[in-house]
Amino acid sequence: MSEASFDVIVIGSGSVGTPAAYFLAKAGLTTAVFDAAASPGRGDNRAAIGGVRATHSDRSKIAVCQESLTIFKTWQETTGDDLLWRQGGYTFVACDDNIESLLKALLVKQRKFGLDIDWVDAARVKELVPGIESNGLRGGVFSPGDGSASPLMSAHSFKVQAERAGAEFHFGEAVKDIKVEDGRATGIVTEGGSYAAKTVILATGADASETGAMAGLDLPVVPDSHEAGVTEAIGQFMDPMVVDLRPEEGSRNFYFYQNSEGQLVFCITPEPPIIGKDRRSTSVFLPQIAKRMVALLPRLRNLKVRRIWRGLYPMTPDGFPIVGHSPDVEGLFLAVGMCGQGFMLGPGLGALIARELSGRATETDQMVLTDLRPDREFAGMEALK
Amino acid sequence: MSEHRLNQHPILPPPEDAPSIPFYFDGARHLARPGEMISTALFAAGIHVFGHHPRDGAPLGIFCANGQCAQCTVVANGVAVKSCMVPVEENMVVTSCDRAPALPVVEERPEFGETVTETVDVLVIGAGPAGLSAAIEFGKLGMKVLVVDDKDRPGGKLVLQTHKFFGSIEDTKAGTRGIDIAVELAAEVAAFENIELRLLSTVVGVFSDGKVGVVTGGHYFLVEPKGLLVATGAREKQIPFPGHTLPGVYGAGAFQTLLNRDLVTPCRRLFVLGGGNVGLIAAYHALQADLSVVGLAEAMPQVGGYQVHSDKIKRLGVPVYTSHTVLAAHGEEHVEGVTIARVNEKFEVVPGTERSFEVDTLLVAVGLSALDDFIHQAREFGMTMEAAGDAAEIAEASAATFGGRIGALRLARKLGIDVPEVPREWEEKLEVLKARPGAPVTDMAKLPDLGVYPVIRCTQEIPCNPCATVCKKHSIEMRGDPILGRPAFLGPECTGCTKCVTICPGLAITMVDGRKDPDFPIVSVPFEQSGAHVEEGTMVLATGQEGEVLGNFEVVGVKNRKFADRTLLVQLRAPKGMAPLIAGIRMQDPGEMMVPVALLEDGRVPDDTIICRCEHVTAGEIRKSIRSGTRDINEMKAELRVCMGACCGKNCPEHISRLFGELGVEAGEVTGQTIRPLFVEVPFGVFAQGSKEKK
Repeated sequence: MSEASFDVIVIGSGSVGTPAAYFLAKAGLTTAVFDAAASPGRGDNRAAIGGVRATHSDRSKIAVCQESLTIFKTWQETTGDDLLWRQGGYTFVACDDNIESLLKALLVKQRKFGLDIDWVDAARVKELVPGIESNGLRGGVFSPGDGSASPLMSAHSFKVQAERAGAEFHFGEAVKDIKVEDGRATGIVTEGGSYAAKTVILATGADASETGAMAGLDLPVVPDSHEAGVTEAIGQFMDPMVVDLRPEEGSRNFYFYQNSEGQLVFCITPEPPIIGKDRRSTSVFLPQIAKRMVALLPRLRNLKVRRIWRGLYPMTPDGFPIVGHSPDVEGLFLAVGMCGQGFMLGPGLGALIARELSGRATETDQMVLTDLRPDREFAGMEALK
Repeated sequence: MSEHRLNQHPILPPPEDAPSIPFYFDGARHLARPGEMISTALFAAGIHVFGHHPRDGAPLGIFCANGQCAQCTVVANGVAVKSCMVPVEENMVVTSCDRAPALPVVEERPEFGETVTETVDVLVIGAGPAGLSAAIEFGKLGMKVLVVDDKDRPGGKLVLQTHKFFGSIEDTKAGTRGIDIAVELAAEVAAFENIELRLLSTVVGVFSDGKVGVVTGGHYFLVEPKGLLVATGAREKQIPFPGHTLPGVYGAGAFQTLLNRDLVTPCRRLFVLGGGNVGLIAAYHALQADLSVVGLAEAMPQVGGYQVHSDKIKRLGVPVYTSHTVLAAHGEEHVEGVTIARVNEKFEVVPGTERSFEVDTLLVAVGLSALDDFIHQAREFGMTMEAAGDAAEIAEASAATFGGRIGALRLARKLGIDVPEVPREWEEKLEVLKARPGAPVTDMAKLPDLGVYPVIRCTQEIPCNPCATVCKKHSIEMRGDPILGRPAFLGPECTGCTKCVTICPGLAITMVDGRKDPDFPIVSVPFEQSGAHVEEGTMVLATGQEGEVLGNFEVVGVKNRKFADRTLLVQLRAPKGMAPLIAGIRMQDPGEMMVPVALLEDGRVPDDTIICRCEHVTAGEIRKSIRSGTRDINEMKAELRVCMGACCGKNCPEHISRLFGELGVEAGEVTGQTIRPLFVEVPFGVFAQGSKEKK
């Protein structure tokens, strides 16, 4: 019996693989997605808090996320599915000199890329974040074009729409091996069988290193973990994602926003990073994040936390994703090392990958694929990771 | 005093404090008792609707009365709170909650504090019968024990139980009322200096670093125990049917909390769904509070609880509808009626058998499920742990009391304490206490030819033997097993002391005394309703074993013996042939029927029935998702928001599983939801303030 054959096999139905499947199928490529989990987004997509911004500090991520923003904004119109998209903007608040100068320096760069972001004074920040502690507040940057969506609903909808466009999903079917013959990836072997493909896409998030090894690659992706949570729903009182970059003992920065259900979703970046794949909640997180959030926005003292979780950031040495054709294995396309930004990068990257694999890559796509190529030096460091 | 407060009760002492704390609800002034929860004070004011759901405008009120859901949310002094867990404060301004409440702006941040980690040998979660009994064993071993419980008094659900308990006197305090067992166990615990009992303390999370998060009075502590004993009890199962989220549909436990703990009368006329012990006892408790119990429905051909409990309420005048289920609760803002129907052996509704009753309340007592979230998490995190009581396996409180002791010894051994292995006979005894009741039998013992003798109506094997224990003449014998066996009066003699009559938890024994007048003996009937209803010289309607009417008889005496512990003996004079048949006294007439209402087509839960009561997701939405191929509850969460609400995913997973089954999806195909902290919602301010005392 001949094995099933596809134009593209995507390994991983997460933040990147699921929208990629949609765009690949839309581009007319026969597409199959494999994931060991029972449904889409069960890796760290579900742990994402849902922020989507184009206001990065480098041209490649800006370009990809600008496209993601367009996809999120138009998704309901295109497909009828509500992803709880909310264009509330992002505000990075400055409560001390260091952060003020850091944000202002970045602002110059970001505006040069044509981003809609500007410095706003303390009074405007107080309007954006009603009840924010005014003592020491300098102002901040605000980018009204950014926003948020529900990662859970997005993964579900991307899957449903991908299926509708012809992609097939194999859940509960873990990939055991990537078949490589004469330096060329020809397909995969799973618990359920063997499948052939012209191109195999690795979109395996925190498992990139292990799945890369199946094709003989040594991918520099090491996950660390961040903790996040969600509160009860309250009346809408603030629109933007609020980011406080001030480091404190035990944490680097934290951020939160109010989703369209009225719930606050929040996350903290531990310092030093907690390396590894442990997704179990620790007792450290709640007292730590609660102090930071209540100090910045005292009214949150009365807001009830409902649920917490821990998610992995698949980090690369320079803080930028690894996206492009593998230089070592032909027919293998890498879309890994999202450094915790897979949710916001995913749709834009998916569209880009579909164009690249169907021979329609644009000049901007080429630029992104150059910047994020797998064999780069990994010498720089992302300023806003 | 409010007409909705319970001012006299045959068993419970009257409340100590009069309502004196003024507060406001939606502008109107009311009075609460000191320390009373907001929800209770509202019920005392006759208010049952606390808000409306933002999704569909459906009325919301109390559901669990146990801090486990958030159906009773109100806004108190500007902050959204679970009204069943927050006491009324003087001049508190309470408003109903019709949409996501606004978050008030506060000018000053609270004082931050460190979160203290306390180390103990054992943390016992839950101060019910299992937890307290376990603590006593740890106490004897000299271990440092912390017992936490989220209520204001120890005893767990014992504090709701006005009836005498089953089991044996020696091992489980049989014949003592639940409320008193709670006090006795708490006193034993208090005698140990190495046990700290911390009340009003909620366990909110178990974490991967082996620590347990506890909130006490607005302060947050971490406890790092060497061993964890989980005795968290159970939560009440719900069953979805049209109208099941209406205010006025409560779990039986919620009802007992309002009635027996808080001494408010939540209703006037009620119906009970479920013939397990919980439902039967809830009906009995309602009768003790002079509420009308219009009927009780049980889907099985026979009640699942003890026959003696069932007979007890039948004698008082409650119709028990076996092979019946509730089709719907009716009403706009509150329950106004209920429709039941017969079901066949496949539990399908038999068309044409519907009947409706006018009631203001429906109690749901369709079983309990273990509160085992802590167990799963602690196990996942590799903590040294034991579970006891309902958290381990649903059974009677007597089994929980005994199981707590066994669990404690097991955990102590795991922790390397030098204790002997749990004796084999303990394990056997626990199995006996957990035993399901046997099949009812009708072979009544032949009446003895004596001037005075007891008539014992214990019709099935249940773990209970105090009648045999208290008989000074050793004339009552347990046939077969010394505790499970059915008691029989085998003689040789009876002094007529009536101790067997008054200690029987099932009120299944009467005393026939023909010594003065052999032709018209005096029958002593145990009675735990208000004595005001059975004054000497009046006529009462006597009933037989299962409530059959025997006729009117004169009350010739009402005795309140000291040893009887509030169980009255009502003495009726009856002809010789009739006297042994008299088993009880009817106190109410069966309910009036309403006009039958619209019926179900296929006996299945209609599509517009709410399954997730937090987010108001309907059966139809869930069926649609299942039909579209969803097999992972986590994906259903994404799609529909089930399991994402304020109850922290406690209530709907089991109903969703049932819908999967209904559509032919095997349980093995379905991936369950991921359990994560927190178990109950906690404000940021509590975590930020840490363990420090408030300034």
